[in-house]
Amino acid sequence: MAETSHVRPSVATVEQRTAAIEAAFDERGMKPGEFIEQMAHLTDEQWAPRNGARVVAKAWTDPDFKRRLLANGRDAVMALGLTMPAHHRHLVVLENTPTLHNVICCTLCSCTAFTIIGLPPDWYKDLEYRSRVVRQSRTVLKEMGLDLPPHIEIRVWDTTADTRYMVLPVQPAHTIGWSEEQLVGIVTKESMIGVARL
Amino acid sequence: MDGMHDLGGKQGFGPVRYALNAQVFHAPWERRVNALYSLAVKLGIFNMDEYRHAIERMEPRHYLTASYYERSLTSLATLCVEKGIVTAEELERRANGAFPLASPSAPGRSNVPERERFKPADRVRVRTDHVPGHARMPGYIRGKSGVVVSESPAYPFPDAHAHGVNAQDEPTYDVRFKAEELWPHDADPALVHVGVFQSYLERDD
Repeated sequence: MAETSHVRPSVATVEQRTAAIEAAFDERGMKPGEFIEQMAHLTDEQWAPRNGARVVAKAWTDPDFKRRLLANGRDAVMALGLTMPAHHRHLVVLENTPTLHNVICCTLCSCTAFTIIGLPPDWYKDLEYRSRVVRQSRTVLKEMGLDLPPHIEIRVWDTTADTRYMVLPVQPAHTIGWSEEQLVGIVTKESMIGVARL
Repeated sequence: MDGMHDLGGKQGFGPVRYALNAQVFHAPWERRVNALYSLAVKLGIFNMDEYRHAIERMEPRHYLTASYYERSLTSLATLCVEKGIVTAEELERRANGAFPLASPSAPGRSNVPERERFKPADRVRVRTDHVPGHARMPGYIRGKSGVVVSESPAYPFPDAHAHGVNAQDEPTYDVRFKAEELWPHDADPALVHVGVFQSYLERDD
């Protein structure tokens, strides 16, 4: 890549390269334009962190649901009408407690339970988070604004197979007694990845 | 393969560039790439293991300097060329410039013959295999011992599935390692859980 050459043209921009593939697909009748629009709807409206927030709020207010969620996350979220792609065969829900903190990552690429907690944010896919959070978990979380006291144990979950994870945050004490709808509003994507506590 | 993508535990990277409610996409072309590769998967042109592996096969300097969606774009284009959907020449003509692709694939492999079924609390060791093709075993657990926490349903074996090699689906094990044992004297104490395919594991007596 770094070699200079007198015969090779310069590298096309990412926009030009993307347009090239799109045009090639279009010429072959693969209808890329239609699919791009469908995907925009899915990524912006369907695969929202609000899905995961509903799961969390339900788990906080319904002990029976929480039991089912921790036993089989995929079945439990599907029962709420949420979807997961066929290859996400297993959803493991990681319960935080006052003495335990879970955080998820993908050191090899960017895997997440994206239909439930939303597509991964940019920093989750960056080289810094992927390289460092498994080895320097407490330091990285602190740099990201989560300074965990020493009595809280950290568990890092590296998404290296097709099992998907989400964190069930600790319900803040001041929200005990709130309605499920109110609780949905306080659950963030960051708390379900495990880089924040609520 | 021990590729540049295998970042877990690599040192030298700085602080995470973090913001609340961070963006998923930064430019319209990123959305298009994300949709185009999803369309190709949906149409059966390639599977997710082939897609991941074509990212891993990128020339390391290109991998490190490309953005996330440029890696996605490079994998998509590489596989479309390799599968005969389009030629590299057509892509370069349409793009009006060079279109860097990933390096060719090396052979994959089928399941390890002597696989064992494990149960929670079993002590296991990650085999010290080195393979030229795709694998989903991060280098930081190679040869390390851990404890099985649970078993996940059987999935296609990535080392085979990324290469069109026949193999049985196999379970993955959630294996718990100690960060202090993965990187002695140079890690924040924590438990690190990794989803490990059965073929990568042996019993640790």
